[in-house]
Amino acid sequence: MLPELFFGYFAAAIIIFSLIVVTRRNPVHSVLFMLILFFHIAALYLFLDAEFLAAIQVIVYAGAILVLFLFVVLLLNLKEETLIRRYINQWPMGVVFAVGLFILMFISVRSFLAGPKGEISSVLTGQSNVTNLGTVLYTEYLFPFEIASLVLLVAIIGAIVLAKKRLKS
Amino acid sequence: MSFFETIFAPGAVDIMLNIGIILIKIAVVVGIVMAHVAYATYFERKVIGHMQVRLGPMRVGFHGLLQPIADFTKLFFKEDIIPANADKPIFYVAPVISLLAALSSLAVIPFFEGFVVANLNIGILFILAMSSLGAYGIVMSGWASNSKYSFLGGLRSSAQVISYEVAMGLSLVGVMIMAGSMNLTDIVKAQEAYPLKAFIFPQFLGFFVFIVAAFAETNRTPFDLPEAESELVAGYFVEYSGMRFALFYAAEYIGMIIMACLASICFLGGWNGPFEIPYVPFAWLLIKVYFFIFLYYWVRATVPRYRYDQLMGLGWKVLIPLALLNITITGLIKILV
Repeated sequence: MLPELFFGYFAAAIIIFSLIVVTRRNPVHSVLFMLILFFHIAALYLFLDAEFLAAIQVIVYAGAILVLFLFVVLLLNLKEETLIRRYINQWPMGVVFAVGLFILMFISVRSFLAGPKGEISSVLTGQSNVTNLGTVLYTEYLFPFEIASLVLLVAIIGAIVLAKKRLKS
Repeated sequence: MSFFETIFAPGAVDIMLNIGIILIKIAVVVGIVMAHVAYATYFERKVIGHMQVRLGPMRVGFHGLLQPIADFTKLFFKEDIIPANADKPIFYVAPVISLLAALSSLAVIPFFEGFVVANLNIGILFILAMSSLGAYGIVMSGWASNSKYSFLGGLRSSAQVISYEVAMGLSLVGVMIMAGSMNLTDIVKAQEAYPLKAFIFPQFLGFFVFIVAAFAETNRTPFDLPEAESELVAGYFVEYSGMRFALFYAAEYIGMIIMACLASICFLGGWNGPFEIPYVPFAWLLIKVYFFIFLYYWVRATVPRYRYDQLMGLGWKVLIPLALLNITITGLIKILV
């Protein structure tokens, strides 16, 4: 009962805060509500006993990416931005598609089957989530893991090349 | 134990009992830390006073011992002024975010064997996550005040905190590798096998990086650019007064205490010391924390402020490579030995 109550709260709060994020007039307020949203998502990870992911969610998304958003938003000229009309004329079409997608998801949820508990779940192995994740990442999924880090490295080098462009000419 | 199991062990009575015990622990920890915050301000004024051949506070009580109480009473009853064009909700909530982030980090710190509010497996990550939340309090207060000085202070501070958080996180990785855990209690226990029951000798590089990064994280001299009074008046909290100002002040000092605790636990063996002190299980941790707090004041009275580009250069070009080198060496030793 208690877990259901908690899940209900977090699920409802995530939906409500997402709506608030897209309807705020002031982008700084949007970013702040997004911060609250990210913390609720982290709480959902805790539910799945994925405490490592929860911490990373907060550190990476709330602590780094959202702060970058905030920097960009803070440096905008908000006095003009807040006066511009926020929604373009195609919004009825958007609503139709959103409702359609919602109905589709609602139908497909009914045929949802809960998967078996994963082999690396901390409930089964008795080890902490971090240990399990590390073991799997560096043995079974080493190759995809390295590819992902290579992709990130390319992105970092790309960012440096773009930033240094003026030095060449 | 998983996060939810620690809180919700089976059985309704157990749940209430567990919540009750946790609440009592929280009250004890917050009470003691708040008392330390009050007297850390007194201690700072005294230490810096004597280092500058002054007496420091002398008027209120014997050698000014009641000064923190007088300060608190004054701040509590002062008028709460809000600038005319401030963004009120954010202006109100920013100091609360700062204090909340600082206080919640206290939850994972083990003060002596078995005494920790939440014994998380991801203790270090939790503290890092909370310190990144603290940056919001600063940048929000700077923006919501609608003042150039506080805005610049807020931007500087958040850029500084984010840069040094990377170095701080990386400097702790060496400790995590050696202890094989991110649980702070396990880290203390893992140190018992090492000389002086501490990681400081094998991890001296990590320790150095951590201490410098901790100074920058807590916005203390020589990295107190966010509140550089010669350029920015007081930085991000210029416009705050009364109790809200006190909340920022408390958050800063709690941040210092947390960094001191973390340094003592991760590098100096936490509650273990060279010999046992009977009846006071937290004595060694307290001594180490007091030493680090004294170090903050000592450095403040000794070193001038950095320039902003020097600060960023130090963080990104010196500390992060040093921390990466430390991780590489520690990892190699762990594999080979």
